[in-house]
Amino acid sequence: MIRSGTKGRILDIIFANGTRICALLVFLIIVAIMVSLLAGAWPALKKFGPSFIISSQWNPVTEQFGALVAIYGTVVTSIIAMLIGVPVSFGIAIFITELCPVWLKQPIATAIELLAAIPSIIYGMWGLFVFAPFFGDHIEPWISDTLGRLPVIGPLFSGPPLGIGVLTAGIILGIMVIPFMASVFRDLFEVVPSVLKESAYGIGATTWEVIKKIVLPYTKVGVVGAIMLGLGRALGETMAVTFVIGNADRLETSLLMPGNTISSSLANQFTEAVGEIYTSSLIALGLILFLLTFMVLALAKYLLIRLTLKEGVRT
Amino acid sequence: MNGLRNINVSLYRKRRIVNFLILTCSILTTLFGLFWLVWLLATLFFHGFKYLDLSVFTQPTPPPGESGGLANAIAGSVLITLMGVLLGAPVGVLAGTFLSEYAIRSRIAPVIRFVNDVLLSAPSIILGVFVYEIVVVPTGHFSGWAGSLALALIALPIIVRTTEDMLKLVPNTVREAACALGAPRWKVTVSIVYRAARAGILTGVLLAIARISGETAPLLFTALNNQFWSSSLNEPVANLPVVIFQFAMSPYEDWQNLAWAGALLITISVLMLNIIVRTFLRTGK
Amino acid sequence: MAKDMNKDNSKSQPTLLERGFASIKQNGQAGHQIAGPESLPLKMEVKDLDFYYGKFHALHSINMGIPEKRVTAIIGPSGCGKSTLIRCFNRIYELYPKQRATGEIILDGRNILDPKEDVNLLRAQVGMVFQKPTPFPMSVYENIAFGVRLYENLSRQEMDERVEWALKKSALWKEVKDKLNQIGTALSGGQQQRLCIARAIAVKPEVVLLDEPCSALDPISTAKVEELIDELSDDYTIIIVTHNMQQAARVSDFTAFMYLGKLIEFDSTDKMFTNPKRKETEDYITGRFG
Repeated sequence: MIRSGTKGRILDIIFANGTRICALLVFLIIVAIMVSLLAGAWPALKKFGPSFIISSQWNPVTEQFGALVAIYGTVVTSIIAMLIGVPVSFGIAIFITELCPVWLKQPIATAIELLAAIPSIIYGMWGLFVFAPFFGDHIEPWISDTLGRLPVIGPLFSGPPLGIGVLTAGIILGIMVIPFMASVFRDLFEVVPSVLKESAYGIGATTWEVIKKIVLPYTKVGVVGAIMLGLGRALGETMAVTFVIGNADRLETSLLMPGNTISSSLANQFTEAVGEIYTSSLIALGLILFLLTFMVLALAKYLLIRLTLKEGVRT
Repeated sequence: MNGLRNINVSLYRKRRIVNFLILTCSILTTLFGLFWLVWLLATLFFHGFKYLDLSVFTQPTPPPGESGGLANAIAGSVLITLMGVLLGAPVGVLAGTFLSEYAIRSRIAPVIRFVNDVLLSAPSIILGVFVYEIVVVPTGHFSGWAGSLALALIALPIIVRTTEDMLKLVPNTVREAACALGAPRWKVTVSIVYRAARAGILTGVLLAIARISGETAPLLFTALNNQFWSSSLNEPVANLPVVIFQFAMSPYEDWQNLAWAGALLITISVLMLNIIVRTFLRTGK
Repeated sequence: MAKDMNKDNSKSQPTLLERGFASIKQNGQAGHQIAGPESLPLKMEVKDLDFYYGKFHALHSINMGIPEKRVTAIIGPSGCGKSTLIRCFNRIYELYPKQRATGEIILDGRNILDPKEDVNLLRAQVGMVFQKPTPFPMSVYENIAFGVRLYENLSRQEMDERVEWALKKSALWKEVKDKLNQIGTALSGGQQQRLCIARAIAVKPEVVLLDEPCSALDPISTAKVEELIDELSDDYTIIIVTHNMQQAARVSDFTAFMYLGKLIEFDSTDKMFTNPKRKETEDYITGRFG
């Protein structure tokens, strides 16, 4: 009646190892990416040394390359994006979970999630054709007239109203990460057990107090993770930025001036780059970007682990 | 506050005001956020539908100044995306299976999970550079295959993650029950666990398709573009995202109009995919 | 078999096994419906079984004999190790790391804890039904055929017969014969649990392990499952874990009482409930704790 189990056992070993190999493949891919980026970047790193990172020169004619302009652009656009994206997404998530009438809840939540799926090239294109002209004609003159006159931060906001530039790119990035972060925040806030919230309301807490004292502490691990994920996206985003940043390789104080990010340099110049050093310098930029997003992710993971460990000790 | 003693009225009033202010801010930020997104969609639909006609689907991409469509780019996009998923999905599902079903005894699992997150958060343009280095440089030319591979690398971590999550939702009692009948582990996984998590795994694959079908950056250095119909994936292949990028950045108005039409097409198909996933998940449960 | 037992008895002095079967012998001589140990072959024997969850010592040298084609109940308060014990009998605990068992469990003369033992074949021989119904996400028919196909090549006709047989045996046939193609999860809770029993016996195991099979069921479904257990004991050796003492009294021939990972008393059910030997057993049965 009973057939031998040997066949089952062999298939078991084959299947288990098949899945293991696929899992290891993921690991190998990351190693291969690191190795190939390093190999590609090597000629440039060898030629320019550590000064590659701090040099603001980017001159294909004289073959002098430095990463500072692109790194600066990447970091600054991401910071602008986070300054806009985090509070707005937060407000949206609070609105959906705590304030919104029930009939509107699901439609808004679904709409936000769908918007998060729209490819970034659409944001970039809209930025180029619609937002940048509007921004240049109506907002930027006003910015340089007011903020640009202020001491200390004035130089950041002065200059001709070109429409395209670092500030525009940062704003587009911010608009792009809003739906993504808002839907992650909302998911997090929805997880808070309603019993917890009800008991806080039950002793007379206001909505804001419930959010501050119950919802945020309960979800802080996820909130940190979501912000980091949003930052990672903003740092590595190519298309939303490339359209509107202006592709200029000079370091400018003003945020209204065109600039470059690492990814937009790659997108604009990689296929046109001639000569080993030019290509290699671009790959070196890529390597820096990869390490940057890696560090953001590692930092997020580290914070999450530390937060969960602390929770574990306390309870 | 008659009847209620020991109530600090001014403190209470302050709390009320703070609450009111913050909730007002929340509503304002919501309106602010939605304003941009509605504006974006409105212009996209307005311009997109204006230039979307039958010739978009029947004519290949034109040289500047002539009329044409996006037919070759649409076909190329579908082909590259499909190949990308066919490359990425099997590996992703199996790797996710390893993490969910076999990894409890394994010390490499946390490493794989972390590495998968690294791949998930890696900028897509970096994956394009990587594939350029390992495929385009050795073969000496851009190709559709290189594009598919780059997209597969984007789809892979998404599928690994969702597969693991979905398999973990299958209660352990179901695995125990199947094992208790004497079923070997692979059989339990393939015919019971996969079946129970079927809707979830498919969702992951569909989401990955939705994600890669709009990806532009990794295709810039891999599939490149082709003004004509490609006869095989072994040569540069026209695809919607890169065509949109080139046409939108060009000074020619015809090209810019086609870019709007293409952008609308991509957006609609990505949204459709997401809506399908949603309804599918709802009925699958 | 008796020789084995003697050897075992001589080894550890106050064995529960000895005490258990001494009483069975008395009962047998007194014309009780349960036969004495000479005529009662053992299907399984547990010898010095210890179980660990990581560092936690969950079972302490358990010794007991499971009589063939009888119903043996294992009772005790929550966390006493009764489920742990039953999960050793088909080595299902091995699905999880850091769980291990030492000692011996003899089934038909071989030690099933031996690493060389093929667990899949073992599990085909020792079926199990779990606390919560676990229908597979497939049709009622496929639920039952799944296990059968693992070890037998049956024609369509034979398979139909086998499915019908198993469903009749588990008193479910009348209720589901028109919805064999419906998905198993669409049945009611009680029906699902009987489906799981049908699935377990369709493989034709020799031993059936029931781990609190009625804890998720309503009283009517419980009564049906209990009836079923009674019927099945004609053909199968049944071991049932239950926290419900009345249930143990109703369905079992023998009862083992466990407390804090130890087997406190093992006796014929009648004896156990009318005249327990140990203080702990009495306290538990009379409801003073647990």
